Amino acid sequence: MQYILLIYEDESNPPPDEAEMGRWFAVTDEMKKAGVHVAGEALHPTSAATTVRVKGGDTVATDGPFAETREQLGGFYILDVPDLDAALEWAAKMPNAHKGSIEVRPIMVFDQG
Amino acid sequence: MGGAPQGRPADSEPAAAGGVGETVERVYREERAAIVAGLIRLCGDFSLAEDVVHDAFSRALEVWAHDGVPPNPAGWIATTARRKAIDDVRRARRFREKQDVLRRLEEEPVSPTDVTLPGEDGPHDDRLRLIFTCCHPALTTEAQGALTLRVVGGLTTREIARAFTVPDTTMGQRISRAKKKIRDAGIPFRVPAGAALESRLDAVLAVVYLVFNEGYAATEADALIRPELCEEAIRLARLLVELLPGEPEVRGLLALMILHHARREARVRDGRPVLLDDQDRSLWDATAIGEGVGLVDAALREGRIGAYQIQAAIAMLHCTARSPSETDWKQIAGWYSVLERIHPTPGVRLNRAVDTAMADGPEAGLALLDALAGEPGLDRYHLYHSARADLLRRSGRAGEAAEAYAAALRVCTNPVERSWLEERLGEL
Repeated sequence: MQYILLIYEDESNPPPDEAEMGRWFAVTDEMKKAGVHVAGEALHPTSAATTVRVKGGDTVATDGPFAETREQLGGFYILDVPDLDAALEWAAKMPNAHKGSIEVRPIMVFDQG
Repeated sequence: MGGAPQGRPADSEPAAAGGVGETVERVYREERAAIVAGLIRLCGDFSLAEDVVHDAFSRALEVWAHDGVPPNPAGWIATTARRKAIDDVRRARRFREKQDVLRRLEEEPVSPTDVTLPGEDGPHDDRLRLIFTCCHPALTTEAQGALTLRVVGGLTTREIARAFTVPDTTMGQRISRAKKKIRDAGIPFRVPAGAALESRLDAVLAVVYLVFNEGYAATEADALIRPELCEEAIRLARLLVELLPGEPEVRGLLALMILHHARREARVRDGRPVLLDDQDRSLWDATAIGEGVGLVDAALREGRIGAYQIQAAIAMLHCTARSPSETDWKQIAGWYSVLERIHPTPGVRLNRAVDTAMADGPEAGLALLDALAGEPGLDRYHLYHSARADLLRRSGRAGEAAEAYAAALRVCTNPVERSWLEERLGEL
């Protein structure tokens, strides 16, 4: 099954230092070596976000994220693992898990046939 | 949907039909969980497994009434359910890993004894896998208990709703949401291995005890005790002890349930509940008490105290006293003060009040009960009102006792307990 790990953290935390960046690269390597890594990216902070809605045929773009929340989406991984327990184990390895939170969501599979 | 099969042969059927109904009910009670668990292992789908097993029991009522009961009734149910599952999976337009599921359903046994699944560190009972899956931390605590009672205990949604004192529709949604989450989120059907096993044990023990309590104080059945649920909980706890011999709390829980269950014959007389004080102690199961005492001793010797061990120690002191007056109330009070510190639940505080009343008189117990008033949910808990009524009656406050019995009757759903409460109220 494929899962997305949505990585949330309070953006007012200081940005990751060199040591934390090293841990992110290490965990990504570990995922690749284990053969579970499908994709993974870090995002610019929500100050760079633009939210788009179409209202009455008009495209309306507004500055900022979809919702103002205490923790913001900062990045994600997509993993291919046997089950939820495996996905939760990887989630617990996120270098910011002690100060942020990781939402684990299964990815829906649509039958093309 | 769910629960014991409906539409059993009417009273006008020949005598043999009654025998069929009884056999179906017995197999349902004793074998259903293992068959459902086995099918979940094969097909990975809770709802499908429950539905086909339910269908098989309904068919058994018709077919057995006509052809007679087969030599291996549980085997007949498993085979019938498995065939229906194969049909349903074949017909399903989309089923995750359909070919693998079909191959397993066609080739693998429903109730093996020595299968080790991927991620497990040894062979396990399917029912144990089922209970660990039902108690997965990705489900809410409420959902864990409800699902275990439904899928392992075989209770109806209505009975479970009573046990949790929530409306039936709320409970129905809670159970179907939990099943959907297990399927959609990919919660594995397995007994966790290594460190994960220990970390998930607390939730499992809580749920096993909940199943036991549902049997010990049956909410809906026309009987006070449903021994099969108590025995199912004890059986699961025995398995847990086997699996985790180094965990004193597992032994503590097993001891606690065995000691409670040892008093079952004395708890009911002529269909009426009998208070601990008035129980005929010669009816207590001495063999079971011996086993319980041994388990308490073994657990306490490990030196890692926990709530179940303490409650078992209290039950042991009750069970080994020859009469209420010879009970070691002082030691019981000591255990309660430790217990209330580490596990201050309303149930624990209610029991403490009842035992304190035994040692120091009804007024002392009432003072503790009054301190409990206002706890959320307590008003819908009939044992709180009936304990209060009993203590008020014993201290000669008949008017207040009558009010408390009436309050108990407003929330009590068990017909046997209701008629007992009505009698007590009438006596005032």
